[in-house]
Amino acid sequence: MKQSITATKVNDIKWMGVVKSLLSKLKVKTPKLEFKSVFKKIIVPIISILLFIGVWHMGAKALYNIEADYKIQKALTDQGQEAADAMEACILSGDISCQPNTLPSPGQVWESFNTLIADHKKISADKLEFKEKTAAINEKRVAEGKDPITYTGRPSFVDQIFTSLETVFAGFLLALVIAVPIGIIIGLSETLRNSFNWLIQVFKPVSPVVWLLLVFMIVKTMTKDSNQDSAFIISFISVGLCSMWATLVNTAMGVSSVDKDYINVAKVLKLGPFQKVFKVILPSSLPLIFTGLRITLSVAWMVLIAIELLAQSPGLGSFVWEEFQNGANDSNSKIIVAMFIIGIIGFLLDRIMLMVQNMVSFNKNATA
Amino acid sequence: MAYLELNNVCKTYGEGSNSTEVLTDINLKIEEGEFVAIVGFTGSGKTTLVNLINGLLQPTSGEVLFKGNPVVDTSHERGVIFQNYSLLPWLSVWQNVAMAVKEAFPKENKKAIKERVAEYIEMVNLTPASNKRPKELSGGMRQRVAVARALAMNPEMIIMDEPLGALDALTRGNLQDEILKIWSKDKRTALLITNDVDEGIYMADRIIPLRPGPKATLGPEFKIDIERPRDKTALNDDPEYKKTRNAIIEYLMGIGEERKAVSQETYELPDLSPKSFVA
Repeated sequence: MKQSITATKVNDIKWMGVVKSLLSKLKVKTPKLEFKSVFKKIIVPIISILLFIGVWHMGAKALYNIEADYKIQKALTDQGQEAADAMEACILSGDISCQPNTLPSPGQVWESFNTLIADHKKISADKLEFKEKTAAINEKRVAEGKDPITYTGRPSFVDQIFTSLETVFAGFLLALVIAVPIGIIIGLSETLRNSFNWLIQVFKPVSPVVWLLLVFMIVKTMTKDSNQDSAFIISFISVGLCSMWATLVNTAMGVSSVDKDYINVAKVLKLGPFQKVFKVILPSSLPLIFTGLRITLSVAWMVLIAIELLAQSPGLGSFVWEEFQNGANDSNSKIIVAMFIIGIIGFLLDRIMLMVQNMVSFNKNATA
Repeated sequence: MAYLELNNVCKTYGEGSNSTEVLTDINLKIEEGEFVAIVGFTGSGKTTLVNLINGLLQPTSGEVLFKGNPVVDTSHERGVIFQNYSLLPWLSVWQNVAMAVKEAFPKENKKAIKERVAEYIEMVNLTPASNKRPKELSGGMRQRVAVARALAMNPEMIIMDEPLGALDALTRGNLQDEILKIWSKDKRTALLITNDVDEGIYMADRIIPLRPGPKATLGPEFKIDIERPRDKTALNDDPEYKKTRNAIIEYLMGIGEERKAVSQETYELPDLSPKSFVA
């Protein structure tokens, strides 16, 4: 007994030695570091994506089964065995009329994505055709001084994305135009900072919905005479007002906390007040201002969906809401498609801002 | 009348019971063309003294006179080299120097400014690095930029606040020589604040120790009668050098001892005993 144990141990050790020497040979052949970085940067993310889709698929299936069982049960209690059997057969056959309405599976979402793209192609073709058709008439109308006929069909999903982007950029620009100058002025004077602090602290946490209502009250009255669509104006102003606080606070902080050494330099060089602001204070607070702008853009994008949804302004938000109200069998999966698109665009916007931030900042160590 | 004169200058930070008197009764006279070093412990109020002279701070009482006029603000006549270089990190070496030149000579045309900037960058041997940002430079190079920036404004007096404090011994020696070379060219008045006695003796005409704060004040001055240009290696064998060095160090050590003695002051304890809760 004892002997055999020692024998296997010895064998083990021998075997391990062989493996080790093999490994060391492998190491020489393929640089270890490269494999590790490939593993970390490519393989692990792919595995995590697959895992995510897997969990999603299983979860969707489980929910589907619960919903299906409930439907059959309901048919049984309401109408009896025959109806229940019919319902079960109907569900198994995949007929649209009786599909359980629940979380869509990854496959369904992918299908919906393709449908939306196809739909976009169709609508674009329609638009083009319409344009060609009306080109001659429009020319005539313009010559007569009338408004040209425009395409009034339903916008495609891709069109909605661009509308949303337009709104968010308008809102972001508004935030930039308001928050940066005010932030600089507040940052420069401690008295102003103290007197405006309460205002910032009170309005910063206000929900986007409330901002929307406030803007609605004002814009509605302001645009009473014009017949233009006020939904876009309302939504972009609300987006701007919701998202500008991060920039305002960061700008004020950046300007007020400029390194004392730089201020001393400005004094010793005898820079004028204007030059002091533009040559010393602003450059040194740029990194913080851009951090603020980055937060502002991501908040703007997040808030936009809710605001579009409420303001009935065209865009991804209203797309989601309409699909939810629509209740067609592929509505749920279209909503999930929109969710991913929103997420991906938000991510890209953040990356772009990070790039800009790194470009302008003098200490190149800003990270995600 | 001296070139720079400090009469009974006191500086207090804070107000009321929180106030600390950093400098007390500072009297200093510097003649034109002189190189004066002030030596003191860290935290003895050296930087405060510098800021009073360059005009960043105002004395609480007493007066700072520059060429007979009270100093109320910073001026291009007094160039400052800061302890921590204070270069603007978003500007290149060239831009840092050019900014100072443009301020000091607002009437000059672009070409003259360009030439001046190039001249001073060349003077500190940084021409190859003129497009680099301060972050890309070593400590010694950064300090050289600061020197170029201060001198390019053509000040009548150079005030240096521990300019070489953060540098290693070798770079230090080189920069000391460079500063001396530049100084000896047109004999501007110079004030050097340092914590290194050897540096003071090597560079200055006069050394004045600053007694440590709070309530820092200047000690007796030591004249350095060593012929310029001074040779660092020969200096070590110079009896005059040894004597002065020992005298200054003894004086500073003396202050240190005194300080220790002060802090060992015994306090009378209040007569308290714990109250007994057991009746």
